[in-house]
Amino acid sequence: MSVTTKPERASGQPDIAEALKQAVWAALAAIALSIPILLFRAGANINNMLVVTARPVLVAGLVAAIFVARFLIVIWQSGRTTRTKSAGFAISPQTAFRLKGLLVVLLIAYPFIMYGLTGPLGSLKWINNYGIQILIYVMLGWGLNIVVGLAGLLDLGYVAFYAVGAYSYALLSTKFGLSFWICLPLAGLLASLWGMILGFPVLRLRGDYLAIVTLAFGEIIRMILINWTAFSNGYAGISSIPHVSFFGLPFEDDDSHPTFASFFHLHYKPIQQTIFLYFLILGLSLLTYFVTMRIRRLPIGRAWEALREDEIACRSLGINTTITKLTAFSLGAMFAGFAGSFFAVRQGFVSPDSFTFIESATILAIVVLGGLGSQIGVAFAAALMIGGTEILRELGFLKYVFGPQFDPVQYRMLIFGAGMVVMMIFRPRGLVSTRTPSIFLNEARTISSANVKEGHG
Amino acid sequence: MSIEANAKPPLLEIKGVKTYYGNIIALKGVDLSVAEGEIVTLIGANGAGKSTLMMTIFGSPRAREGQILYDGRNISKLATHEIARLGIAQSPEGRRIFPRMSVYENLQMGASLNKFAHFTEDLERVYVLFPRLKDRATQRGGTLSGGEQQMLAIARAIMSRPRLLMLDEPSLGLAPLIALQIFDVIRDLNKREGLTVLLVEQNAFGALKLADRGYVMVNGLITMSGTGKELLARPEVQAAYLEGGH
Repeated sequence: MSVTTKPERASGQPDIAEALKQAVWAALAAIALSIPILLFRAGANINNMLVVTARPVLVAGLVAAIFVARFLIVIWQSGRTTRTKSAGFAISPQTAFRLKGLLVVLLIAYPFIMYGLTGPLGSLKWINNYGIQILIYVMLGWGLNIVVGLAGLLDLGYVAFYAVGAYSYALLSTKFGLSFWICLPLAGLLASLWGMILGFPVLRLRGDYLAIVTLAFGEIIRMILINWTAFSNGYAGISSIPHVSFFGLPFEDDDSHPTFASFFHLHYKPIQQTIFLYFLILGLSLLTYFVTMRIRRLPIGRAWEALREDEIACRSLGINTTITKLTAFSLGAMFAGFAGSFFAVRQGFVSPDSFTFIESATILAIVVLGGLGSQIGVAFAAALMIGGTEILRELGFLKYVFGPQFDPVQYRMLIFGAGMVVMMIFRPRGLVSTRTPSIFLNEARTISSANVKEGHG
Repeated sequence: MSIEANAKPPLLEIKGVKTYYGNIIALKGVDLSVAEGEIVTLIGANGAGKSTLMMTIFGSPRAREGQILYDGRNISKLATHEIARLGIAQSPEGRRIFPRMSVYENLQMGASLNKFAHFTEDLERVYVLFPRLKDRATQRGGTLSGGEQQMLAIARAIMSRPRLLMLDEPSLGLAPLIALQIFDVIRDLNKREGLTVLLVEQNAFGALKLADRGYVMVNGLITMSGTGKELLARPEVQAAYLEGGH
């Protein structure tokens, strides 16, 4: 691999500069074109008078989008040329790192871009239904990826830990008045404890048998939540869960005490809380990502992968498979617990209906579609599955084709089923099927040390 | 005509071990010993219990009766990973490499036992023994040829710097020339590093030529033992294992 990457890097280095140059030109062209076409909108007011409104935000958003798109296309194309050069990996680790950085920047900018483009009311849908909803599932997918993708333990009851996290925050905050920031780690802790409780009895099971027991476990948790009304209020669920605060500053329209808006001298808008929730789940997802990537490089992470490959060989190499499995279960459960408590604080209401088997199945489908063990693939699959559902709600025009009774959302599962069949035929190992090696050879190490000298490390 | 053990206590001593699969008895009271620095081979037909003995030493399945003494300590009640941590390594039946991990990662898994203390050094050592593995370092284990997989399994086992290396049919399914190479490496490891080897083989000729001592196993019992040369000369051994092929 080293032999092929070195020339790639030599030609890969100016790629970023070239991409930036091309992106700037594309953006300038977009500005030139959009000033006469898009900037001013001529309309009529109530008195049928001509009104010209300027739309600088729209133009800025469009130009930004073109800039980013052009940049990505150039980088992607350079990635493709390297693929033809080396039969090995499609993108060099450096380009991959930069692409990931760019993706994070885009995700951070996303709520503001949407706010700028669609205003406070329109952006709510984009930030909440698309942004937050997808990120929750990205996080859940990454968490389950530890258990299924890395350690190879098929878990069909993953939603149970999500429920544990959600109810942990719901109960601790409503009964004991604990704040979200105290409950978040507690929820993770409780969920990982339950991960271990599930882990112990299933230590000897693998494959189908393990799947059935985890499925039952997920149902047991849900049944407890439904039937133990004194504890969890049954079907009715727990409502009026306190909302999230900005590290103690509430998002309220109230001048009597310090709030987020008054502290930062802003006008109160409900969207502020939504944007904060967006960043919260983005942070939690990135935490999941980095912890998983880090652990994959540690002995325990490699032990997970070895366990997935061959349990007997693992044991004969001196790996304690009991501990290895339990850590995978409890770590995966912990992230579900975090996501669960986020779910509770976002909804303000939890009930057993949110934690049915179909949720587990969706998360598992995301992991399998994305490619077992692939982090980026899982993120894309989550965007596709969850974003796809949301987009179906937008297809109102189909009503004109199929009649007013037609609701595309009803056909969600049919579409996903068909999509999954197609996927399994054409990409049976998931969207991103190449597994990045967690460790590089000596040659790659010398590359990275060279980068450190250049100040890229 | 058993060979008397040397003055030094043996590194591995198996006394009256009986192993069952459910109600079926697989080992009917096996006695065997391996002294430090020896190559000992265990030959026998299919189903004689050779691999069962190998796995029993590693605690899975457990010996229901008898003792397995390693370095004077009874290990028959320990868990498999604890046994491995005492300095016993094995290249199990069917190689059992990690197919989706690279050759390099496979070797790393072998070294995880001693916390990568001498990893770079041991990697070089293994690459000298099996230069082919160096060429294939980035390749996934599952894409290697049978012979290379066997090399990888042995290399992975010695990455932990074991005192006792147990090999279960390393020549199985390999071209005769590759099998010879593997046997050469085993001899080399024994001569140069003093590694103690317990070798289970169907290839009786090659194994007995290589070994200091050998045991013949039939239906869960040791029926013969002696030096490699002695066993090769025995008419029963020749009739049962050597006729026809060699």
